[in-house]
Amino acid sequence: MIADTNYIGKSTRRVDGRKKVTGQAPYIAEFNPADLVHGYIVNSTIARGRITAIHKDKALNVPGVREVFTHENVPPEVKINSDYTDPLAPPGSPFRPLYDDNILYNGQPVALVVADTFETAAYAAGLVKIEYEAEEGYEVDIRRNLEQATHEDVPEPPEPRGNAAEAYDSSEVKIETEYYQPREYHNPMETFASVASWNEEEGSFNIYDKIQGVSSSQGYIAGIFNLEKEKVRVISPFIGGAFGSGLRPQYQLFFAAMASKALKLPVKVVMTRTQMFTFGHRPACLQRVKLSADKKGKLTSIRHEAFSETSRFEKFNETVVDWSGLMYQCENVELDYQLVPVDVYTPLDMRAPGGSTGMYALECAMDELAVEAGVDPLELRIINYAEKDQNEDKPYSSKELKACYQRAAEKFGWQNRNAKSRSIKKGNELVGYGMASGVWEAMQQKSSAKAILTSEGKLTVSSGTADIGTGTYTIMSQIAAEMLGISLEHVEFKLGDSTLPDAPIEGGSWTASSVGSAVKLVCSALQEKIFELATQTHPDIFENKLFEDVVFDNGQISGNSGTAVSFSEIITAAGRKSLEVQVNSEPEDNRENYSCYTHSCVMVEVNIDEDTGMISIPKVVSAIAGGKILNPKTAESQIIGGVTWGIGMALEEEGMMDSRNGRIMNANLAEYHVAVHADVKEIDVIFVEEQDDIVNPLGAKGLGEIGIVGVAAAIANAVYNATGKRVRDLPITLDKVLE
Amino acid sequence: MELPKHPDTSSVELNVNGRNIELSIAPWTTLLDALGEHLQLNGTKKGCDHGQCGACTVLVDGKHINSCLTLAAMQTNKEITTIEGLAQGEDLHPVQEAFIEHDAFQCGYCTPGQICSTVGLLNMKKGKSPEEIRDLMSGNICRCGAYANIYKVVEEMVQKETVGTTSKKNRV
Repeated sequence: MIADTNYIGKSTRRVDGRKKVTGQAPYIAEFNPADLVHGYIVNSTIARGRITAIHKDKALNVPGVREVFTHENVPPEVKINSDYTDPLAPPGSPFRPLYDDNILYNGQPVALVVADTFETAAYAAGLVKIEYEAEEGYEVDIRRNLEQATHEDVPEPPEPRGNAAEAYDSSEVKIETEYYQPREYHNPMETFASVASWNEEEGSFNIYDKIQGVSSSQGYIAGIFNLEKEKVRVISPFIGGAFGSGLRPQYQLFFAAMASKALKLPVKVVMTRTQMFTFGHRPACLQRVKLSADKKGKLTSIRHEAFSETSRFEKFNETVVDWSGLMYQCENVELDYQLVPVDVYTPLDMRAPGGSTGMYALECAMDELAVEAGVDPLELRIINYAEKDQNEDKPYSSKELKACYQRAAEKFGWQNRNAKSRSIKKGNELVGYGMASGVWEAMQQKSSAKAILTSEGKLTVSSGTADIGTGTYTIMSQIAAEMLGISLEHVEFKLGDSTLPDAPIEGGSWTASSVGSAVKLVCSALQEKIFELATQTHPDIFENKLFEDVVFDNGQISGNSGTAVSFSEIITAAGRKSLEVQVNSEPEDNRENYSCYTHSCVMVEVNIDEDTGMISIPKVVSAIAGGKILNPKTAESQIIGGVTWGIGMALEEEGMMDSRNGRIMNANLAEYHVAVHADVKEIDVIFVEEQDDIVNPLGAKGLGEIGIVGVAAAIANAVYNATGKRVRDLPITLDKVLE
Repeated sequence: MELPKHPDTSSVELNVNGRNIELSIAPWTTLLDALGEHLQLNGTKKGCDHGQCGACTVLVDGKHINSCLTLAAMQTNKEITTIEGLAQGEDLHPVQEAFIEHDAFQCGYCTPGQICSTVGLLNMKKGKSPEEIRDLMSGNICRCGAYANIYKVVEEMVQKETVGTTSKKNRV
């Protein structure tokens, strides 16, 4: 745990801010190597069947078109190799683009037109005609296919404890509910893009790819093209949002690399916005929750079962129901999670995968139980507060959720809530208050980092991680400056390059914790190296000192006599240009004895027009227990971003499927609604004090996902408080409120 | 029906960030693609190519427009300002400076469009109420969800405009 000092814990402007506000931060599609040609992907228009004919003459006749790739002419070496896996591939067989004539889902990429300009490629792509033999019997709605639900390849939720059915039957207060949420699409503002250059002489790739971890794309391409990993360099310096969509390589990467190798030219392939709806998404999920309690609201049983969507070729799974065994103290718990395969692309982790889904159901159910028991919803959470993790039978490394409840309630004015629905009005609008708890894992992965300190006193720290907007560049620079004892402006942090030391894929809210710990470690190692050198170059000052006796600050090292020598002086005196250290950092063993989680309490006010059913959200308070906050400025942005996602999840987001052709109907940003400026008003973020010496050496837990968890439930509960109507399928659109 | 082949390119002259530039492009090239693919002015972003997200917002004669919804050939004899043209050398435009100070972005991809829309809103002398700010900025989607902070920027800039503290040399 680190006390607040020069940089850690201080609100700090993003170090890449200037680049981003001047348009100088390069995103993937903006890399233009010499002789670049452009690819444009054609997608299938049927959901299941096979391709019977491809007419590409017209496209090939367009001047400037280089080639039209389909499964018929993809280079043979691509097909020989069967390894299309990536580090996060779920059980099953990963989708292989252009592998054969089979169609597995509507929107499957089936051809690539490559031309000298983007305009030509896009034009010619419209001239490619594909004939299909469509198969009937495809399904895209899990609710119509629950009999197909399976436990195969699904990790088992925690073992049942007690006897939930018996406790439920004998309890005085009980509820039984069902919740549904539709599929949602990540839709980062930057669409997926790859720029691949094959070097025939060296047999190597240089690839710019939109990805949350360069090692993921590197491994994927090395597998497909049967190359040593070192022959595939992947670069990804700026990511225009990802939210989980970049956890796995997407199909444009395959197309760019394959075409570049076949044509021996650099190829750029950029997805259209509509194509952003043709791969992974948050799976649709149906959840059933049964809760029972005694008259005072003490839980006597929890049962939670979930049916989640997956594809026919991979068993994508996420943690949906486990939270229900964790959040509240309860002796009788039964959890079940099953997958329903349908004819869609494999779902994909999306901001707080499983957590935002499972906690939506649990926290709505808790609200329903509160009404049934006649207990205040906040009080119900406190009555059933879990002091330890009953799933794992472990203590928490830290858990300041009670402080979250208290601080949120004070800031929000929870005491002004009236339990009776339709009791508060503002003009023509019904006012409702709702709340929910949130939880997310505080994980740490192995990670490496390298530090180079030059004789000019400049520090460069690097790790092959990513910054998807989370602020990695900034917080890693802060940690490095703090830990070495150097001014922030003399620090540069490098990421997004597979030639840099290994880092985990950026996801799961673990980057601050994992890469941050490696950066801390590498700077400590560098200090030792500086000290060792100083004892040689400046023996008069340091010869009789111990490492523990010296102070590193402001680019200088000083003994207790107060004489300071700058890092530059020492390196120069040693006749060297720079010092270099690389370290590997791992979670400490002691973590195993504890459960490490972030927690939150979210409170929401909704205003609903009585005549039109129009819902607005004037105020959200989100109180977070996330351990040490490294940079309050970027940390707050993470949370307001998560809350904004929660608003979209609750009120707007829905991938609408047409069962007649298995195709999404609203594959664009005009019809797939996400939260916009008009939907977001006051969001108050509170970080409660939370000391954690176990979670990792920084005491920081990660904030990328916790902000969204619980928000949709809090909104749904507020809608009930305002109207007396329970809407149990998302999104809560005005028609559902009015009906 | 015989479909026409890819037609020849034609010459288009644009004034971008104070410079006259002659381009040889297909007539259907959008202003967005002319800027990004042909002039390498990559600060203007493609988010949807359909006028639904605002990432490609630029200023044309001081008014903010979606550059994906207009052809380059339609914007001759006009002053086009992109995100690259807002700062005066090392001095950031006050709106750019405020975006950094309020952390009004995360991934940064929608940011050039958000900034151009903010400048356009100020040029129109709009944004006199919270509702008006939020309505007029709603054409610019930020998927990271930085709206609450972007709102603070716009509100602050409108207030400064009203009391005349924004330096005129930075206005576009």
